[in-house]
Amino acid sequence: MYNGKYIIPGIVIFVGLFTFPFWSNLLTPKYERPQLALPAGQKECIEPAEYMRAEHMHILDVWRDQALREGKRAYVASNGKVWDISLQNTCMKCHTNKADFCDKCHNSNSVNPYCWDCHVAPRGNQ
Amino acid sequence: MSTTRRQFLKIAGLAAFGLGTSTALDAATADAKDMEGAKYDVGGKHLAAKRWAMVIDTRKLESREDFERIIHACHSIHNVPSIPTKQEIKWIWTDKYDHVFTDDMSQHLSPAVREKDYLLLCNHCENPPCVRVCPTKATFKRADGIVVMDYHRCIGCRFCMAGCPYGARSFNFGDPRPYLKDVNPAFPTRMRGVVEKCTFCSERLEVGLLPACVEASNGAILFGDLDDPNSPVRKALAENFSIRRKPSIGTQPGVYYIV
Repeated sequence: MYNGKYIIPGIVIFVGLFTFPFWSNLLTPKYERPQLALPAGQKECIEPAEYMRAEHMHILDVWRDQALREGKRAYVASNGKVWDISLQNTCMKCHTNKADFCDKCHNSNSVNPYCWDCHVAPRGNQ
Repeated sequence: MSTTRRQFLKIAGLAAFGLGTSTALDAATADAKDMEGAKYDVGGKHLAAKRWAMVIDTRKLESREDFERIIHACHSIHNVPSIPTKQEIKWIWTDKYDHVFTDDMSQHLSPAVREKDYLLLCNHCENPPCVRVCPTKATFKRADGIVVMDYHRCIGCRFCMAGCPYGARSFNFGDPRPYLKDVNPAFPTRMRGVVEKCTFCSERLEVGLLPACVEASNGAILFGDLDDPNSPVRKALAENFSIRRKPSIGTQPGVYYIV
């Protein structure tokens, strides 16, 4: 092989860099679901926790349009319970700890929702 | 086996069609996110009307305290900041006759009427120019005649402020929160870069309450359904002479003044 002393180290370096995402992922600790501060004294959310975990952003999106544009401010949950549609007055009434509930998960997933630019964060935070 | 150009094109077309439909199907199924069995409803306590309107009896609003009480009631509930510069935010405010009823050409008006302060707010027009010019549909007219804002969608272009003939809209040039002494935790604030205005207390109507200014006015402001002949507003309009702001431009304001 011509110029083997250059080509072989070059290939090794290239493969190393190319597979960087794979081996760096193997070396770093596994992602762990953050421990959230769940509301004390409350057993269930408006819908099952699994659904809320996956779709809370969708539900908030629909809530906004229903409340503001359709004038429908009551949410009849799948179990028949009726809730007022309000982030500040319904959600945050139970989830009073924004720092250890919303932020913890959002931070570890690098999402930056801008809810709190306008909506008032609960005072139970301190 | 040799492939003709025609066969190749057929297969390529079919493959492209198959790929396209499969992604479309994926997108369609991924969208079904609503919880099964969940519904949305108006709620039991909400007040309904075909056309909400307001009648302001200016004869009953005399002193500065009357106005301040009403303005404070509105602004404190809705987290409206008090900014002491030209960048002020106002949902409800006062001005003199010459600036309020600009269509009125009467040269010799009674000095008492001319010198008085008049309470001003968004007129919730039948033909709102602000709604026509909004490029994002952030502001819109509800079926009951109330013109409201969806701050989530406002891009701060201020076309609505240019469109509004009544100066009822204010722009948040900066973050309003430093100018809020007491934040009402039940209502949101606004953020830098959005336009805001009076909402006819649509959020209060939906829980069965009358607008904050009506409650604080001790009967000087009436509120009701303009399409219902027995409503307080229709009765007051039937019994008194009333005027509206800038009637000649055809916006059909929903706020009437008894002078």
